Amino acid sequence: MSTAEFNTLTSLEGELMSQRETAEIEMAARDISVWFGKRKVLEGVNIDFPKRSVTALIGPSGCGKSTFIRTLNRLHELIPGAALAGQVLYEGSDIYSRDVDPVQIRLKVGMVFQKPNPFPSMTIRGNVLSGLKLSGMKRDNHDDIVEKTLRSAGLWNEVKDRLNAAAGDLSGGQQQRLVIARALAVQPHVLLMDEPCSALDPASTLKIEETIRELSKEMTIIIVTHNMQQAVRVSDSTAFFLAAENEPGHVVEQGATTEIFGNPQDQRTLDYVNGRFG
Amino acid sequence: MSSTLVGSSVAGDPGSLQRTKPRYGEKVIKGILVMAAGVSVLTTFGIVLSILIPSIEFFSEVPIQDFLFGTEWTPLFADGEFGVVPLVTGTLVITGIAIVIAIPFGLGAAVYLSEFASPRVRKTVKPTLEVLAGIPTVVFGFFALEFLTQVVLVKIWPDIDIFNALSAGLIMGVMIIPTIASLSEDAMSAVPSGMRDGSYALGSSKRQTAMFVVIPAALSGIVAAFVLGISRAIGETMIVTIAAGLQPNLSFNPLEGMQTMTSYIAAAGSGDLSTGSIEYKSIFAVGLLLFIITFFMNTISIGLVRKFRQVYQ
Repeated sequence: MSTAEFNTLTSLEGELMSQRETAEIEMAARDISVWFGKRKVLEGVNIDFPKRSVTALIGPSGCGKSTFIRTLNRLHELIPGAALAGQVLYEGSDIYSRDVDPVQIRLKVGMVFQKPNPFPSMTIRGNVLSGLKLSGMKRDNHDDIVEKTLRSAGLWNEVKDRLNAAAGDLSGGQQQRLVIARALAVQPHVLLMDEPCSALDPASTLKIEETIRELSKEMTIIIVTHNMQQAVRVSDSTAFFLAAENEPGHVVEQGATTEIFGNPQDQRTLDYVNGRFG
Repeated sequence: MSSTLVGSSVAGDPGSLQRTKPRYGEKVIKGILVMAAGVSVLTTFGIVLSILIPSIEFFSEVPIQDFLFGTEWTPLFADGEFGVVPLVTGTLVITGIAIVIAIPFGLGAAVYLSEFASPRVRKTVKPTLEVLAGIPTVVFGFFALEFLTQVVLVKIWPDIDIFNALSAGLIMGVMIIPTIASLSEDAMSAVPSGMRDGSYALGSSKRQTAMFVVIPAALSGIVAAFVLGISRAIGETMIVTIAAGLQPNLSFNPLEGMQTMTSYIAAAGSGDLSTGSIEYKSIFAVGLLLFIITFFMNTISIGLVRKFRQVYQ
């Protein structure tokens, strides 16, 4: 191999590397501000969400974490009087641009809510497959999808013998894992979780945390949590939100979870992660 | 109550924890409330009894199978026939027309108000709709006879009877739209918003969310609204008395005049029948049948509501 050829190769490699690095960011918020009516609740949020990582959003109640996470799959716009400025980039393009169909975004960016919300009129199996039915997605071997997603959500062993039972008969923790399975069935690339464990007992919480770690090998996860230990256990990076009284919320500090919890740069972050307020 | 406790602790006397004054006021209020509940229960019993006794006398003169399966209803003739079938078919035809109008429009209005309308629109439209439920039925009746039949329907079917089942049924349908819309909307609004979020987050549209998530979750309330609407239609008297005519008519042609069970009772009851005559007692027999049908409908409705009831956390 000649030197010239070698040089070309290395420069190509470098190009590839840098390309891969930019592609590693799956989703990004660019200068997101949010209003409800005239009240500004969120100001200038910039966060990158690397592919196949878990990002925790922490902060005291009312600082706009849940509001922010709902901007990432355009659920935000369904609230009457809600407005938004800035961009949410999914694979580099703005999900709020005029030609983007919110339905397509929500299929790529799944969501699990604070309160388990299975559809009570459907069976366990029906709930898992409801996303496919609602979005009109055609996929074969439904049985495989049901088993695979329930296994990923850590619920399969508990419900495999009663897939046709009503979803409402499950316990709260089981219901939450069921809605995780439901979200997974449409094969999203990003999973948003808004305090998924806040209504659950410690055992169910641990199961869901295991599920999150397992899922993060395949997808990008963004989780709002009030539980510091949970943020430490499951997340790779953390963003700390804060809102001063009558001021919109903003991100005080963000970075690797180990840094935010081990070596925070801002005094308010240090106070919060040590449980001194919030 | 608390003042006695505070007083006793200040006095430091543990014995005075017992009630010192009898609470007469509470007893009086309880008595008034029991009476209020009792009045409606007693009235119901009274009505049942006052229908039942003349009915039993009626059936001692007219065999029950002749009443239930006879196809001639001519109680005022000298040698009258008491076959109730024409009155029942009249009721069914008119109620059927009303349901065909009221269920789709009522449910449609409810879905629109609960899932699509902005809060401002909902705040204006819902009370307006409910005003429709407050219009006296006699007004609806004259509207059906004077306007719908004589201005609209004659242009479409020139040989339509002046008194006909169609106009009565259509207007009755309009009359029960608000009942169905308002109750269904209540049921749908009661579906937790988390359920809708879950549906939207799975990439479904508003229409899909309404059809596959909200309506099934609110089904018990919606079914109850339907049954209540149907019960109102079966029991509705004024519109049919005015607009559908008073001719017993065993027919399923809505362009003809018909008599219903209720309009027979209204017409015969306001006529000059002598008390104790068989014609007079026939009013009660028809009333009993109406009561049984409505009772049966309400029982079904309660059963359906239980069956479809969803429990939310």
